[in-house]
Amino acid sequence: MDLFEYQGKQFFARYGIPVSPGEAVTTVDDAVAAAERIGYPVVVKAQVQVGGRGKAGGIKLAGDAGEVRTHAGNILGMDIKGHTVETLWIELASDIAEEYYASFTLDRSAKKHLGMLSAQGGVEIEAVAAENPEAIAKIWVDPVDGLTEEAARAWVGAAELNPAATEGAVAILTKLYSAYVEGDADLVEINPLILKPTGEVHALDAKVTLDGNSLFRHPDYEAYEATQVRDEREQAAHDKGLQYVGLDGFVGVIANGAGLAMSTVDIVNQVGGEPANFLDIGGGASAEVMTGALEVINNDPKVRSIFINIFGGITKGEEVANGIVAALDRVDIEVPIVIRLDGTNADLGREILEPHLSDKLQMQPTMLDAAQAVVALAGK
Amino acid sequence: MSIFVDETTKVVYQGLTGSQGRFYGLLNREYGTQVVAGTNPRKAGTDVEGIPVFASVGEAVEATGATASCIFIPAPGVRDAVMEAAEGGVSFVVCITEGVPAQDEAWFFNKLKRDFPGVQLLGPNCPGIISPGKANIGITAGHIAKAPVEGETTVGIVSRSGTLTYQALYELKLNDIGVSTCVGIGGDPVPGTSFIDCLEAFEADPETHAVMMIGEIGGSAEEEAAEFIAAKMSKPVVSYIAGVTAPAGKKMGHAGAIVSGGKGTAQAKMEALREAGARVGLNPTEAGRLMVEVVRDL
Repeated sequence: MDLFEYQGKQFFARYGIPVSPGEAVTTVDDAVAAAERIGYPVVVKAQVQVGGRGKAGGIKLAGDAGEVRTHAGNILGMDIKGHTVETLWIELASDIAEEYYASFTLDRSAKKHLGMLSAQGGVEIEAVAAENPEAIAKIWVDPVDGLTEEAARAWVGAAELNPAATEGAVAILTKLYSAYVEGDADLVEINPLILKPTGEVHALDAKVTLDGNSLFRHPDYEAYEATQVRDEREQAAHDKGLQYVGLDGFVGVIANGAGLAMSTVDIVNQVGGEPANFLDIGGGASAEVMTGALEVINNDPKVRSIFINIFGGITKGEEVANGIVAALDRVDIEVPIVIRLDGTNADLGREILEPHLSDKLQMQPTMLDAAQAVVALAGK
Repeated sequence: MSIFVDETTKVVYQGLTGSQGRFYGLLNREYGTQVVAGTNPRKAGTDVEGIPVFASVGEAVEATGATASCIFIPAPGVRDAVMEAAEGGVSFVVCITEGVPAQDEAWFFNKLKRDFPGVQLLGPNCPGIISPGKANIGITAGHIAKAPVEGETTVGIVSRSGTLTYQALYELKLNDIGVSTCVGIGGDPVPGTSFIDCLEAFEADPETHAVMMIGEIGGSAEEEAAEFIAAKMSKPVVSYIAGVTAPAGKKMGHAGAIVSGGKGTAQAKMEALREAGARVGLNPTEAGRLMVEVVRDL
């Protein structure tokens, strides 16, 4: 789950990480009212989950109510790299002496937590990593030990921050690590982490990705679920509990298992088609699940044909076939469907499907045959 | 032979009294696996169709000589269940449960490595392991795998995806190729057993003649496996990588299947494997065909 900046800052604040006072608003009037409460100057910041907001004109400094009104009016509704700005974060402007970068994420290769700290902040860290990798001080933290203050201090030393920032940075980094571990985050990033002329260290931005698997420990994260950015199709699939990713093509894909679903998307591409989606219905393939999946695909106006790719393991072929037949009864589908059914009792399953076959409902023996058929049926 | 598990492996099922644990525990026993015990602190002293239930893995090990455990405990209890298995004295732990937080996985992976170096964890979020004809621990449908035949060329399988593992087993069976062991390492960010652990074991197993490796987008485990193949493997490897056309930044079903910052792409993985001398199929059927050719030429 990706958080917006304002949610990330609220998350940071819970772990004692200093952030600027601010308020999230969705209208121009509320923006002005918030600025009046916070005090000037304020920064008006577009809340979108994409980099490059500043360059796109989504972050503006405002010295009085009139400026807040102008900027908020311009930024609300703005399109930044395909993301529409619906929320603004109004915060007290900070004086900046220096800008740094700090983050924690999992190094899957080392199987340890990786902390990155750089004296070159406020710019894209990928660019720093590419052009000047030695400017990033890295620390690998064993999850069993955690980040000790001593290790954090040595790490800050290695990053060669301004000595005036040392104490503040050590304090923030140990809190950031706690937020990352106790808050079950996949990523916590502060860019820029700033040193103020007065010597305080402060998180000026917040990028946080939370682990969706940790909801049982953090029931309050449900609130973030509601603000996840999903297109209409993704939202409909999510509401039905289906694993769905929207793509741009015209062949609807339904498969059981994430690997097989990915593989199905791939093979549709390989034979010259363009998949409209990735959809994993999981192991069961019951009539209910299949109905939900077909409804989601059927509501996508770009879909011109549908590929149902099921491999029966524990769930037997006849159960899968009965599920498909029942689902086709419940959902009115205009576009042609190609089914590939294999695995446990595939023969019995195919026998059940046989009487239902027509121009609009085909069955093919292999994934490759089915992919070619479904792409041909989609036409030009 | 086979790797990690065989007909002598005695397994205790953590969560045997739950619906999933019971269903698969009994299926595994039917397959021939030595399912010797279950655990549930509230139901100790009872049994599930003749399988005795103990309060803890430690007690089960003491009473039955169990050497492995299989975890069907819901995600919130997995961290404790893994440690209970290690402390209880089994040396192989299969964790089927999906939805385990990455922070827990990273923690118990390192905890095991440090305090229980003799314990091997498989999973979480994996289909388990099957040595066809000998033992099936987990949720794989045993009948889709062909048991190895003495004197015939035999293949080992290691995979990050459940359904693609079944697909691979099935394609080999259709081509009458036996499998020594099929290991599903799971699709999570911190798998207890890696591709390399399995490749190393297959290389050392005299009964395995070739290896099928099924990877997917995300992380760099396939690239690391490619390095191992180039440096240490004498046996042929056929590979397939799912997610060639996955969009960046989107989680494709598995928690670990995500392309981020241009890293973890299927193209990079396939390239690394080809350079290492592995044969790479562009879809599961093609990978199956390549394996048939490899087996024929051995």
